[in-house]
Amino acid sequence: MEWEVVIGLETHAQLRTKSKIFSGASIRFGAGPNTQACPVDLALPGVLPVLNRQAVEHAIRFGLAVGAKISPASIFARKNYFYPDLPKGYQISQFEDPVVIGGHLEVLVGDKVKIVELTRAHMEEDAGKSVHEEDFTGPHGEASSGIDLNRAGTPLLEIVTEPVMRSAAEAVAYAKALHGLVVWLGVCDGNMQEGSFRCDANVSVRPKGQAEFGTRCEIKNLNSFRFLEEAIQFEVRRQIELIEDGGAVVQETRLYDPDRGETRSMRSKEDANDYRYFPDPDLLPVVIDEAWIEMVRSDMPTLPAQLRQQWQSEFGLSAYDSQLLTQDRGTAEVFEDLLALVGKPMAKAAANLIAGEFASAINRAGISAAAAPLKAGHLAPLLMRIADGTISNKIAKDIFAILWEDALAGNILSTVDQIIDAKGLKQISDSGELEAMIDQVLLANEKSIEEFRSGKEKAFNALVGQIMKASQGKANPGQVNELLRKKLS
Amino acid sequence: MSWHNTPIALMAKALAAKEVSSAELTQYFLDRIEAGKQWNAYLDVNAHLSLEQASKADKLIFSGMAGKLTGIPVAHKDVFVTQGWKSTAASKMLEGYLSPFDAAVVANLGMPSEDNPNGAGMVCLGKTNMDEFAMGSSNENSAYGPVLNPWNSQYVSGGSSGGSAAAVAAGMAPIATGTDTGGSIRQPAAFCGITGIKPSYGRVSRYGMIAYASSLDQAGPMGKTAEDCALLLSAMSSHDPRDSTSLADSGEDFGRYLNQHWEVGNANFAKPLEGLRIGLPKEFFAEGLAEEVGKSVNAAANIMQELGAKLVEVSLPKTKLSIPVYYVLAPAEASSNLSRFDGVRYGHRANEYRDLAEMYKKSRTEGFGAEVKRRILIGAYVLCHGYYDAYYLQAQKIRRIIAADFQAAFQQCDLILGPVAPDVAWRLGEKSKDPVQMYLEDIYTLSTNLAGLPAMSVPCGFNKNNLPIGMQLIGNYFSEARLLQVAHQYQQASDWHLRQASGVA
Repeated sequence: MEWEVVIGLETHAQLRTKSKIFSGASIRFGAGPNTQACPVDLALPGVLPVLNRQAVEHAIRFGLAVGAKISPASIFARKNYFYPDLPKGYQISQFEDPVVIGGHLEVLVGDKVKIVELTRAHMEEDAGKSVHEEDFTGPHGEASSGIDLNRAGTPLLEIVTEPVMRSAAEAVAYAKALHGLVVWLGVCDGNMQEGSFRCDANVSVRPKGQAEFGTRCEIKNLNSFRFLEEAIQFEVRRQIELIEDGGAVVQETRLYDPDRGETRSMRSKEDANDYRYFPDPDLLPVVIDEAWIEMVRSDMPTLPAQLRQQWQSEFGLSAYDSQLLTQDRGTAEVFEDLLALVGKPMAKAAANLIAGEFASAINRAGISAAAAPLKAGHLAPLLMRIADGTISNKIAKDIFAILWEDALAGNILSTVDQIIDAKGLKQISDSGELEAMIDQVLLANEKSIEEFRSGKEKAFNALVGQIMKASQGKANPGQVNELLRKKLS
Repeated sequence: MSWHNTPIALMAKALAAKEVSSAELTQYFLDRIEAGKQWNAYLDVNAHLSLEQASKADKLIFSGMAGKLTGIPVAHKDVFVTQGWKSTAASKMLEGYLSPFDAAVVANLGMPSEDNPNGAGMVCLGKTNMDEFAMGSSNENSAYGPVLNPWNSQYVSGGSSGGSAAAVAAGMAPIATGTDTGGSIRQPAAFCGITGIKPSYGRVSRYGMIAYASSLDQAGPMGKTAEDCALLLSAMSSHDPRDSTSLADSGEDFGRYLNQHWEVGNANFAKPLEGLRIGLPKEFFAEGLAEEVGKSVNAAANIMQELGAKLVEVSLPKTKLSIPVYYVLAPAEASSNLSRFDGVRYGHRANEYRDLAEMYKKSRTEGFGAEVKRRILIGAYVLCHGYYDAYYLQAQKIRRIIAADFQAAFQQCDLILGPVAPDVAWRLGEKSKDPVQMYLEDIYTLSTNLAGLPAMSVPCGFNKNNLPIGMQLIGNYFSEARLLQVAHQYQQASDWHLRQASGVA
């Protein structure tokens, strides 16, 4: 039987604020246990929550970026359950009336654009964490676990999709696009190791053509794209095998174990808590008027999707290149800066440089585009020298590599022209010099000449290659082509 | 000088004139607290700390930096967390709990400091007994024993602010703070023969008030006179950015109308309340009201009439429904508010347990009293999936109707007058076996909390057993100053509030 996979994702993006969502405590990562937990976070008797305005603005910003409806009055609710890392015995979240309703994300899967519809996005607070060490004891000397409440109250935006993804690849592409967007917007730092961006995947399978969904399982807390992909792939296989063996999928929450590459049952639906949601009487409805929305909108960066569309139609860039150029704001900014220096007619060359050499250099170095030691000002002369025929594309790559290594090492940077002069990399465009070179190559390659004359175009290219090689890459390829054709005709 | 009979308005004058020092006043009341232990009105007293504050207050007075209330002692209901004194909400769950910060009310009334520049400079006398977590109408639900009524120690003080009411009635504090979720200031004030006001919801910051039912809880003063309550309320209330439900405006002088006539320009001093329309809700004078209480309240209404007010009959048709609505909503919020008492970070933890679930179960079973457990169970039940719509949501809808009923009544009158409770204080233990019987005693007070309206309790007589009777004045939103004005005018024409219990020396 042919199976169809159905996936919906719930993503927790930690909002980039200075303080917690309902208290003034810092949310800096990595501080000593409980040093960033104030009386509100500890849920001491008598404390009350106060909503962080910045968190709301981030939520609005996200909502606008995905074309969602911003709720004029969303409600915070209490989700009641007992757990030691949940100090109040309830989590403040949004239930029936979330701040962001609907919206969608354009995702590039391979070379196809897929629209992923969003259900909602709501604000909530994170819980603390349990710390298990051998020597922890309780008030009566009993063996205990420790609780670190630094993370308790950290603002989260939970972004929920419709069940519209049909493969692990689509889910990963969506997660990457979402990650790119929230970082782009500045609403999340995107640091997955620190838990700033983590996904829960709802996975089910159904016979192809069947309208109803199969029974789903939720895989919790996937904090890398690789784990997300592996967990979904495993879960899909598990469910299909189960059904094909005559079994049935049980609705449950599962955890992915990356060491063993499998998902394991955490709790079944029967064990699920009745969270007894009700509106939090300590907090007023979050009233967002048009003026507030406009204020947030006026402060929004141009969105990656808008830039991609603009660049593709204006400069003829490929979907792939424009995707690479908008993978983060730093990369897009370097490209835009470069474009401003070299002019729009050279957009394609600029795109090639940034999406090519530059992107792979920063990837290798493991740094962001914004932190790259080479700026647009360093790169513009390189493009100018290609444009005026001083150097070839090939030589340009070599010069980029020299500049990059020097910059990374913190050396004083030579200009592009200085490197060209010092290393004698100037393109040979003198016809006399080129003709002499061509003649020499032709003398040594009579066989190729014969092949070309018998109609093999490949042989021509082989000859050009030989000439370029003889010139150490410096020969002007256009001119070589032209002169060679003349000589062989 | 018998300072315990002295309203704080006069005490303030004596302090300013340096006829008495704060240290002397404080010692005077500490001695009375020591001598009046039998009432069980206080849960924690710390003479050393109180006197330390008094000496600070005296320095402020001598350096001319005193405010109106600087140096006057005040007792705080144990529901307000207070640095230096234990804050337990009369629960075993919080036995010995010390808060690292002061409640907004405690800070507003307390010593001024760098962190608390606007502190009124009052001296904390200690923490008063109450029903556990403010759940109860008799103070019998305290984990530390009931408060006895200073008028007759066989009777309850009322609740939940019974300790504050008894402390003022027995002269163990010149004035006290209380909180009122369903009548917890007004009913004990009535039972103990003192004056108290629950302001509009949001007037007084709830920060540092151990929460019972967040959408209903409101703090207010409990004192001898309306004037004293006006003074304390003005100092208690402030806008507090730490409480999202705190009203934006602040700094109101709630005593500004006290000595004015209701109508500006009325020169008839015999009829200061001329122009005032007082509504008597017929549902408040119907079946269930003790005859003597009805008589006293009607007599008070007649005095108001003599003072120039016009009496009109109004209707609050959903009065009866306020009981089921309240006993759905308040427990629902309480069940969640009290989840933080889990034995993990502070408070009571069971000695022995096998696992986490058992730690929770045993700690909470041991730490909470019967009434608290009952309300947590009711609250958890009405919030359950499948019951939520039928109980919680339905109750919220009726809550809005109850609020609308008041607005309809206020089309016909300026304020509403009725009894505080169906009867006077009952005997200790009399209603303990039947919680529903006790819930019914709240019938006249619950609806104002549900609507968020200000309401006060004013002494208006005694029954044949010499137990105090209180009348209730209910105003529209933010009309506290007007309520206090009318109460003050009534107190100029009556002396019920000045009477002393014979058992109080």
